[in-house]
Amino acid sequence: MDSLTQQFFQQLINGVSLGSIYALIALGYTMVYGIIRLINFAHGDIYMLGAYAGYFATTYFKMSFFPALIFSMVVAAIVGMLIERLAYRPLRGAPKIAILITAIGVSLFLEYGGIILVTPQPRTFPELFTTTTFNFWGLVVNSQQIVILAISLALMFILTYVVNNTKVGKAMRAVSFDTDAARLMGINVDRIISITFAIGSSLAAAAGILVGIYYNSIDPLMGIMPGLKAFVAAVLGGIGVIPGAMVGGVLLGVIEALVSGFLSSTFRDAAAFIILIVILLFRPAGLFGKNIREKV
Amino acid sequence: MRTKMKRDLAGLAACIALYLLFMVLMETEIIGAFWQLNIVLICINIILAVSLNLITGFTGQFSIGHAGFMAVGAYMSAVFTVKLGLPFFAGILAGAVGAAILGFAIGLPTLRLQGDYLAIATLGLGEIIRITILNIPYVGGASGLMGIPRYTTFTWAFFAMVITIFFIKNFINSSHGRACISIRENEIAAEAMGVDTTKYKVIAFTIGAAFAGVAGGLFSHYFYIAHPASFTFMKSFDILTMVVLGGMGSISGSITAAILLTFISAALASYPEWRMVVYSLMLIVLMIYRPQGLFGNKEISLKIFSRIWGGGQHGAAQNK
Repeated sequence: MDSLTQQFFQQLINGVSLGSIYALIALGYTMVYGIIRLINFAHGDIYMLGAYAGYFATTYFKMSFFPALIFSMVVAAIVGMLIERLAYRPLRGAPKIAILITAIGVSLFLEYGGIILVTPQPRTFPELFTTTTFNFWGLVVNSQQIVILAISLALMFILTYVVNNTKVGKAMRAVSFDTDAARLMGINVDRIISITFAIGSSLAAAAGILVGIYYNSIDPLMGIMPGLKAFVAAVLGGIGVIPGAMVGGVLLGVIEALVSGFLSSTFRDAAAFIILIVILLFRPAGLFGKNIREKV
Repeated sequence: MRTKMKRDLAGLAACIALYLLFMVLMETEIIGAFWQLNIVLICINIILAVSLNLITGFTGQFSIGHAGFMAVGAYMSAVFTVKLGLPFFAGILAGAVGAAILGFAIGLPTLRLQGDYLAIATLGLGEIIRITILNIPYVGGASGLMGIPRYTTFTWAFFAMVITIFFIKNFINSSHGRACISIRENEIAAEAMGVDTTKYKVIAFTIGAAFAGVAGGLFSHYFYIAHPASFTFMKSFDILTMVVLGGMGSISGSITAAILLTFISAALASYPEWRMVVYSLMLIVLMIYRPQGLFGNKEISLKIFSRIWGGGQHGAAQNK
């Protein structure tokens, strides 16, 4: 294998593991958007919160990986539900812009509240696995990347099962299809929205821990960029469509890895936004979405 | 027509009086260096808030990429004065024109989007502008463009602010402005009444961008440096907070909010993270309890004052 193809496949591997993290965050965006048509700007900060919950669980309570993962998912789910209850529920039925500004407010609050609570200094995430590096035909894969991929796939599988095969999932789909009709059928819409926030937030928290393991470093503002990019991933796959978020996330991760590998890592962030704008202009419904005509 | 001119002249006289007052206070050192800096900053923030209000408040196009246009103005003007050695005025003008051209080029395709999609697209564009600047070695790249002379004085900032306010106020009170407001109220109805919605959206966006460019030029020539980190989307959120707090669609609201928030951030200068916490809580509480902002879409004008103290007189005149 010549060096260029080798580099290509290496970046592909890096991109898939980064992309599966984007996919986990994007799922929360897409679920919340699907159900109440809100771009939850605070979602990236829930991911930061999850990373910190994992950090405290492993450093101070000496938990191992799986208990820490569950702990931070639960913490994030509770915080996500609280945010929905306190900030978004009073605004149900308010103009979209008002809710969007509130979401920006919540996001800033979590970021800078976080800075006050845990200081802005980055912290070193404890090493939960001994890093083993595997070498396949000259391509380097480390154990963290395998764990990230495995956990992400498992969570996505569980989510798909919950949404497609359980009563709660059925209710979620009903609310997202037509809120009023769902309410008339006896579905407790507020409860379903709460559950959606809880599930989305816990997925983001899982992504937070996985990133902590991958990069070894967390800080209170770490959620801003991945949050925005996960949103781009959700739009890329078609916002509101769950498989779309998964594919969009992985695709975005791969594109970013290729851009930073072959062009320049400083253009990495620009790549995501350029994709966003191109998608919005030419196919606003995303790769998997259906075009919906606006009614007068 | 004559009353309008009279009102404009009265406003101009009030501005000059205010300017002279501040000048005297500054010359006599009653206002110290710290507050002098903040007063210039207030002027710049007012330009930013009023110009964003034209886009977001009056035309209803939610934009969170205003810092990007400010960055273009800051860099463009600095290139003109530092690299080309042209006078400051030419620099400011170049900054405004550069930002306007970019605003036009960006606005034309993106303004087809609506609501939150437009918001996220403008946020992305602002970041693309910043990252592009970051990758141009000619303007200093990541370390910023240094060695900019301090041309911005209180006089410059104040009169740039006055021109911005007068221009945007008169624009809104013209037929073009009414077209913009009709787009905010109901885009489909406006279109049905024959308003070329795309044209007016792009006009509002371009004008807003141009004044953001002016603010950027003033900004970089006051702080000696144009740095990409000054123009992140956090800056855009700052400007948005001013517009939302003051009331979308109220120029006097934007002015009041810009003054208020600049004071708050000056007072919390030693605790920058608390500043953002205060901002964020303010946004949330405001949206829940008073989503229209402090002033809604009302203006403070001489009319209100004359109604308060002129009410008796008016009644007396009728009795005669």
